[in-house]
Amino acid sequence: MTGVLLRAGHVTRRFGAFTAVDDVSMRVQAGEVVGLLGANGAGKTTLIRMLLGLIAVTSGRVDLLGGPPDRERRRRLGYVPQGLGLYGDLTVRENLSFSARAYGTAEPVLPPALAGLADILVRELPLGAQRQVAFLAALAHSPEVIVLDEPTSGVDALARAALWDTIRAQAERGAGVLVTTHYMQEAQQCDRLLLMSDGRLVAEGSEADIIGSTTAVAVRTGDWARAFAALAAAGAPVMLAGRAIRVANADPAGLAGVLEAAGIEASLQPVPATISERMLMLSRQARAS
Amino acid sequence: MTYSVRSATVRLGPAVALDDVTVEVPGGSVVAVVGGDGAGKSTLLRALAGEVSLDAGTVEAPPKQRLGYLPASSGSWAALTVTQNIDFVAGIYGLAGDELTARRAELLDRAALTPAAGRLAAQLSGGMRRKLGFVMAIVHRPALLILDEPTTGIDPVSRIDLWRLVSEAAASGAAVLMSTTYLDEAERAAHLVVLDSGRVLVQGSYDQVRAEFAGEVTQTSQPVRADWAWRRGRVLHEYWPGGAPSSPSSAPAGTTTVAPDLEDIVIALSLARRNAVPS
Repeated sequence: MTGVLLRAGHVTRRFGAFTAVDDVSMRVQAGEVVGLLGANGAGKTTLIRMLLGLIAVTSGRVDLLGGPPDRERRRRLGYVPQGLGLYGDLTVRENLSFSARAYGTAEPVLPPALAGLADILVRELPLGAQRQVAFLAALAHSPEVIVLDEPTSGVDALARAALWDTIRAQAERGAGVLVTTHYMQEAQQCDRLLLMSDGRLVAEGSEADIIGSTTAVAVRTGDWARAFAALAAAGAPVMLAGRAIRVANADPAGLAGVLEAAGIEASLQPVPATISERMLMLSRQARAS
Repeated sequence: MTYSVRSATVRLGPAVALDDVTVEVPGGSVVAVVGGDGAGKSTLLRALAGEVSLDAGTVEAPPKQRLGYLPASSGSWAALTVTQNIDFVAGIYGLAGDELTARRAELLDRAALTPAAGRLAAQLSGGMRRKLGFVMAIVHRPALLILDEPTTGIDPVSRIDLWRLVSEAAASGAAVLMSTTYLDEAERAAHLVVLDSGRVLVQGSYDQVRAEFAGEVTQTSQPVRADWAWRRGRVLHEYWPGGAPSSPSSAPAGTTTVAPDLEDIVIALSLARRNAVPS
């Protein structure tokens, strides 16, 4: 399997007067893991629902496996929604056999970590195990396209690494994977990133492409709490990283002035910006316009 | 003032939710509890909040009227507006009249919720609802602020807003204990506590945790011991508690030693515990 598996061409979706997705073009190729980023309300969920064929496009077109996302093509798709889509009142085995029947495939073999849990009700499992079951249910039919909405939210670091092992194995066997995430360390695990803001696709490519021309200044001080309060009060887009304060797209001289006026000693240093900072700047622009 | 739980053990039915856990929360600082679902984070927070009783150990916390608690559930009433939610909680603490009007305006402004003041809580986005819950937890200026996963599942921009609110609370002297599943947030706190199956895996400042981490982490495409390795992007990391083997012939080509970050440290220590205790 090679080439483009999932493609949106100039896709727009309006709800009444509100444009949720505005002229977005993107694609997912075989063997790659693509990360879809954006603040709440950026249009990620609406875009995914169109890609999955769950809602219609207002204009533009969606191609799933070479055609419209109809029922036949959706059989070749694996989807794990944020709510996991499992039946809490059914056991692990019942959930898996239900989804295997729906896709017309054999029931998956439970991995060692879940082997003892086959007859437990899904709602009684810890969240990490529930996510593993949801992955198994969605991947048992070897889908060619996989869409994962916040796949590792709420699980511990070890369980997260195990889930990423599964995601990577799917890409290695040739599937195209689209992942939404709010976890920046997770974004760094993707091959390629897409960033949405206000319904539009505003950046695409590597982490460096997403960050673009955004810059940041690190403020180091013995009194981060007061420095943070002073800079926030001055309207600077501040955030914390360790106990260093970071300010996106700021002029170091201006920050030094604010800190000096508040009587706080600090050293300022330009540092590479992060994806979160790019997103913060975009949301400020959107709020201002 | 420092608040604490000491040698705390909590059993929930047959399960041990907390196993001999000691955590101190000094005024003016943020202590972050990190761990996955079922690690014991909520139980620890609820123990300090007086919401769950201990089977062993002691709790030192201020009286209820000096305590602010944001539970993991939304913490607001869906059928009330933002203003009504704040006023209801403020009323419980005896805040009224001009004092309430001023406090409410100040908090709405800091949380960037002023434009949403008349909206029903049910109509807020997830991030806005968590910020409302935070505002309700802090309206009476508590000495101890306990926040159960204030930022889980909300977008990075709302997370930054919440962190600013948390930082400001600590800056004004409150002791803050918060739980999170995000390790990058734990790095930000003055003191971090990593919980795993009800026990403290490691705690201290980020610098202390890094300095005290023993052994080495290597990066490889082909781990030597699969049960000591984990996925990081396209490569795998492997933990060597006693140091990586020095002989290059025993490691596959391209294996290098890496400086472990908090994610590596937490996974390595979790593996060490699991591999030491056969299940």
